[in-house]
Amino acid sequence: MTTTDIRVAFDRAAQKRRSSLFRRFLRHPGGYIPLAIFVLIVLVGVFAPLLAPMDPNFVDLAAAKAPPGSEHLLGGDSTGRDILSRLIYGTRTTLWGALITIITALVIGVPSGVAAGYFGGTFDRVATWISDALQSIPGMIILLVVAAGSRNNFELLMATVGVFMVPGYFRIARSQTLAVRSEPYIDAARVSGLPDGRIIFRHVIRAVYPPVIIQTALTAGIAMGMQAGLQFLGIGDSNVPSWGAMMLEGFRLMLTYPLMLLWPSAALGLTIAVLAIMGSTLAELVQVRTPRVSRRRARAEAAATAPRHPATGRAQHTAEGSVLRVENLRVVHATPTGETEVVHGVTLDVAPGEVVGIVGESGSGKSQTVFSVLDLLPSTGRAVADAIWVGGTDVTKATPKQRQALLGREIGYVPQEPMSNLDPSYTIGHQLIEPLRRTHGLRRSEAEEQARAMLVRVGLTEPDRVMRSYPHQVSGGMAQRVLIAGAIAGKPSLLVADEPTTALDVTVQAEVLELLRELQAEYGMALLIVTHNFGVVADICDRVIVMRGGDIVESGPVDSLFAAPTEDYTRELIAASLDEAEGRAELDRTRIEATA
Amino acid sequence: MLLFTAKRVLSGILLLVAVSIGTFFLAHLAISDPTASLLGTTASPAQQAALAEKIGLDRPLLVQFWDWLSHAVLLDFGVSWRNFQPVGAQLAIKVPVTLSVVTFATLITAVIGIAFGMITGLRPGTWFDRIIKGISVVLFALPGFWVSLVLVMWLAVQLKWFPAVGYVPPTQSVDGWLRSITLPAISLALGGIVAVSEQLRNAVIAQSRQDWVRTLRSRGLSATRVNLHILRNASPAALTVIALMFVGLLSGAIVVEQIFSLPGLGQLTNQSSQNGDIPMLLGITVISIVFVILINLLLDLVLGWINPKVRVA
Repeated sequence: MTTTDIRVAFDRAAQKRRSSLFRRFLRHPGGYIPLAIFVLIVLVGVFAPLLAPMDPNFVDLAAAKAPPGSEHLLGGDSTGRDILSRLIYGTRTTLWGALITIITALVIGVPSGVAAGYFGGTFDRVATWISDALQSIPGMIILLVVAAGSRNNFELLMATVGVFMVPGYFRIARSQTLAVRSEPYIDAARVSGLPDGRIIFRHVIRAVYPPVIIQTALTAGIAMGMQAGLQFLGIGDSNVPSWGAMMLEGFRLMLTYPLMLLWPSAALGLTIAVLAIMGSTLAELVQVRTPRVSRRRARAEAAATAPRHPATGRAQHTAEGSVLRVENLRVVHATPTGETEVVHGVTLDVAPGEVVGIVGESGSGKSQTVFSVLDLLPSTGRAVADAIWVGGTDVTKATPKQRQALLGREIGYVPQEPMSNLDPSYTIGHQLIEPLRRTHGLRRSEAEEQARAMLVRVGLTEPDRVMRSYPHQVSGGMAQRVLIAGAIAGKPSLLVADEPTTALDVTVQAEVLELLRELQAEYGMALLIVTHNFGVVADICDRVIVMRGGDIVESGPVDSLFAAPTEDYTRELIAASLDEAEGRAELDRTRIEATA
Repeated sequence: MLLFTAKRVLSGILLLVAVSIGTFFLAHLAISDPTASLLGTTASPAQQAALAEKIGLDRPLLVQFWDWLSHAVLLDFGVSWRNFQPVGAQLAIKVPVTLSVVTFATLITAVIGIAFGMITGLRPGTWFDRIIKGISVVLFALPGFWVSLVLVMWLAVQLKWFPAVGYVPPTQSVDGWLRSITLPAISLALGGIVAVSEQLRNAVIAQSRQDWVRTLRSRGLSATRVNLHILRNASPAALTVIALMFVGLLSGAIVVEQIFSLPGLGQLTNQSSQNGDIPMLLGITVISIVFVILINLLLDLVLGWINPKVRVA
């Protein structure tokens, strides 16, 4: 791809994104309604001289504190000036002040933020420190000093407000630039010799501007609030009509003439509110959101798609005689484009003391099947099954609370990635002791004693040191042993292990697998082990279930399956696992080709 | 942790010095002839010159600055140019008022903001979440003094639940003190509540998706216990906002104190800037920055307690 190609492609994409964002904004009720009101407010400000019924500073002594009437639609203020005219001219002042603030903040904040993010180094450090420092100064004090010194120069004051708004723009511009800076197409542009200035102008600015617009809507609202606040403190030229000054006057006469306070407050509140709503709508449209499905809707939709596909797999034992039995399990996930069924109705079971492996590549639905058994699917997912039996009892109709009561007692769980499965904020000891006390009702000293014993049992020689440690202070292999200790603490009759060795070093893998086998034999537990590796299956399993694309394609005793796989897919998986390193690479290659 | 804290203290002192220098020269630059505003328009040039000599304005600016700084490091902020009372003594009277309001506002913000953030974060998409989000959008943008005016009109003038204006010191009546600072504190807090709630909500949603949440649940822990884990891991985001908000509250207090006629730092700032009382303004700036630095240090300590990586490293 040449530079021009990259640029053209990028320009097109950016243009498409921009126009569609603007169009979506106009279609959204949170977009066009506040925009229309805001445009109206701007028009009122621009055409104030045409719209105002009289000069805002014209004093009609007869109209002093007059109630709303035909001559003065909103009445007169304390010196007899027309409130409606002052309100209309005040719109002008408010908008003009906000404009000065925004331009000041934009002109200082965005270029410095882009430069800090793009070039980094000393400039970045100094600029970030100044930005942080600016945020820790109570701006109102400085504003009052400036006001006193400049004899209330309005433009200078609004520009100073702008200086205090700089950190908002600086942070956004900096973080957006940092994000874009690491994109491959920026590297491509740099390598192809495009000067920094043009890269920034063409690419970085485009990524920076949507959040900057959102920030501007917010800043405008805050600037208007600060402006009115200053005017409310009595700062400003009394001949320039302003909402803040009108609020001050209304506030002084609040008890006798509450309407005088109402009009300017309503005008300010409305203007700030529409700006805030526009900003929020834009922010919402820029974000990509993950939808959530309600339980009821998921059931309905899963039922609707049910007859598409017959269930795969079959049970080997009686329902009462098995430790786990799942009949026709379907898992549906909500995605931004709609519902996707990832497990299409599978049936499987595990006998007491039996070791069953579920094998398949990523996306085969094996982990989803296991999470459904645990009732621990992510919030976007829902499982429906004809029946789920745990320990010879049908739990299909059980409440989430009853299902949860099985966890830690009947079913133990060993996760895949050891480091991300320990809470980083608590010591390992706490994470072992807490379930022993809460789930199993042990006293603190008993729980500590048992946690220590379990750590020794899983092969950790310094249990006290491990218990005092935080997760980031131990190795992956140690963390996985800790997690196994946690899973077997309640002496469950079924241990579910989701790729328990995948994230570990090769040498540690064998040790952990050996440990699982020992514990399984010692406790007489059933073990349901999910893996993509037939080596693991051959090592440890009695029976194996092969999954692909949400279906069970083949199952049977390990020996016969290895000796005579009926499916090509199974043969591929076995071949791939024979030589772990080479085989994985090949599997990845075929997968890439398959998806290409 | 010790090194980390030392670094933050050093950075704070640097900030304090930088802002002091900035405010000193900005004030002298902006208020070119303080004697005019101090004495009023009727004063003769001779009277102005006499005052200038008395307060040392006739000396070079750098000499004045050194004079101020060398005393300030010994916590002596000089005397007010307005009434020649020591700055420190006057601050000691005004600071408790502002601090009561700002601390109360911070407490309200923290308690309600954390509660709302937790509820909406654990169950995003419910009607409660939507309502809070809708209110948040507008409340965050509205200035505190605007909210104060609405609250005064409604709760104080119409319903007469709270006194509209005035301050009662806690030494006189604790009940009266609480009543006199409640409305100002609520007005200041509302914007912060939504900011804290929004931050915590997003952090709770992010933490709920972590793998360890599933593992904790798989151990049979109740939802409440798992939520405590989520809250602890999500709280840094909310705490950072609370600390940042404290700065905004000091600014907001200046206007809100005016509305409720509270004799605090806000009123003092307003008067001093109108009078051109530069020593007083410098004293106010220094004490405000000291509060900001202390809050940030406290934040660092709490964050260190929450996040063991910071503490151990």
